[in-house]
Amino acid sequence: MDKKILETVKELTAEQLGIEVDEVNEKSSFIDDLGADSLDTMELVLALEDEFGIEISDEETEKLKTVADAVKYIEDNK
Amino acid sequence: MSKRVVITGMGALSPVGKEIDEIWNSLMNGESGVQKIDRFDVSEYSSKIAGLVKDYNSEDYISRKEQRRMDKFIQYGIIAAMKALEHSGLEITDDIARDVAIIVSSGIGGMETLSKQHSRLIKRGPKRVSPFFIPKMISNILSGYISIRTGAKGPNMSVITACATGTHSIGEGFNKIKNGTTKAAIVGGSETPVVPLGLAGFCAMRALSTRNDEPEKASRPFDKNRDGFVMAEGAAVLVLEELERAKRRGADIYAEVIGYGASADAYHITAPQENGEGAAIGMQKAIDDAGIEPEQIDYINAHGTSTPLNDVTETKAIKTVFGDHAKKLYINSTKSMTGHLLGATGAFETLVTALSLKKGKMHQTINIENQDPECDLNYLADGPVEDDIQYAMTNSFGFGGQNGILVLKKYNE
Repeated sequence: MDKKILETVKELTAEQLGIEVDEVNEKSSFIDDLGADSLDTMELVLALEDEFGIEISDEETEKLKTVADAVKYIEDNK
Repeated sequence: MSKRVVITGMGALSPVGKEIDEIWNSLMNGESGVQKIDRFDVSEYSSKIAGLVKDYNSEDYISRKEQRRMDKFIQYGIIAAMKALEHSGLEITDDIARDVAIIVSSGIGGMETLSKQHSRLIKRGPKRVSPFFIPKMISNILSGYISIRTGAKGPNMSVITACATGTHSIGEGFNKIKNGTTKAAIVGGSETPVVPLGLAGFCAMRALSTRNDEPEKASRPFDKNRDGFVMAEGAAVLVLEELERAKRRGADIYAEVIGYGASADAYHITAPQENGEGAAIGMQKAIDDAGIEPEQIDYINAHGTSTPLNDVTETKAIKTVFGDHAKKLYINSTKSMTGHLLGATGAFETLVTALSLKKGKMHQTINIENQDPECDLNYLADGPVEDDIQYAMTNSFGFGGQNGILVLKKYNE
């Protein structure tokens, strides 16, 4: 897993959800562990798209359950 | 039989303070909260001044995550509501939750959010618009948020009447308790219009004072040299309760709400009617609703915006309703110190009116240096006054010709 991408995803997740970066790890589930709701998830996807210059479709968004899922998707589509 | 309705809690964020004692002391000392706008570059705007909340810090009430989802009008409104609820000591337990109404409104809503998201749409396309855009912007969301915070499950809505929003919100909540629909109501208004789009819009109307070099003297209701209103931001929320229930739980009572009048000018979208007829109809309705005679009113907290038209037409309306008694009234304009809080202004001024009844003191109208001869009543130009007043009225007139008036009474057993 690309450490730099992981760190950036963790930082963006923390910022969007108003939590500390060290509360986020690669196994964290956005919804179950970090308390995100559907609107938070959409906003986070917007931030990831901006940061990495990619597009994440609604279908793909639904598959991104954890930080690791997001990092992998970014690695594969960057 | 109709129920008696009392004010048991009050909370506010305003240009003259964020705590009730601080607000009252500022007003009694004649201190203006109007300043130069320092949040964005105002060099291109004709009006460069506003009444701003100082040292705003939401962290005791609103988490970082929540702040991202809330336009500032929502944050201000929630804080004022939570302060009012704490002040009242009312606990919204399961047995009363369905009998607590919430009507806390904004005249405009999240203008800053609208501006930012519109820029994103234009610059970067529809896919870049935030999913929080709509729930951050819509005016009614504030009452929704307060219900989520407090658990109040009674009637929940917003009443949007521009500069009369706060007054109508209180009036509608008052009626719900009076007619037995609910036992309590959290009511008021919140507005944060001092953003580039808001300032530009009001500047374009030539509605605002351009006395930019003397911010503290710019809001000068009833003065001959007034040149428009001063925009301001803030929120004010009151807790209303049915009297008997409030007494049983040992609540402190600040004042009784006894009358509510609403009317329309049916005249013009922004200008008040020259003879003040619509405003006078509203005042008379409020007096009739209170079941008193005009001569019993001691004090009017006026709409008093400092626009050339309002202060004259409001004076005419007062004379129409009160006749010879008009000269005996104490009248003041809180806006002379706060500026115009738009959708929050009626709620803030009701709060001030309630405190005035409780304390038997009325603040002065500052900046009346040359009183307009067409405004020939007693506006407390020379300083605060002490008197054991019993009945007071507060006026609010909104764009669209929408008038909201309340009558309050000093609380006596």
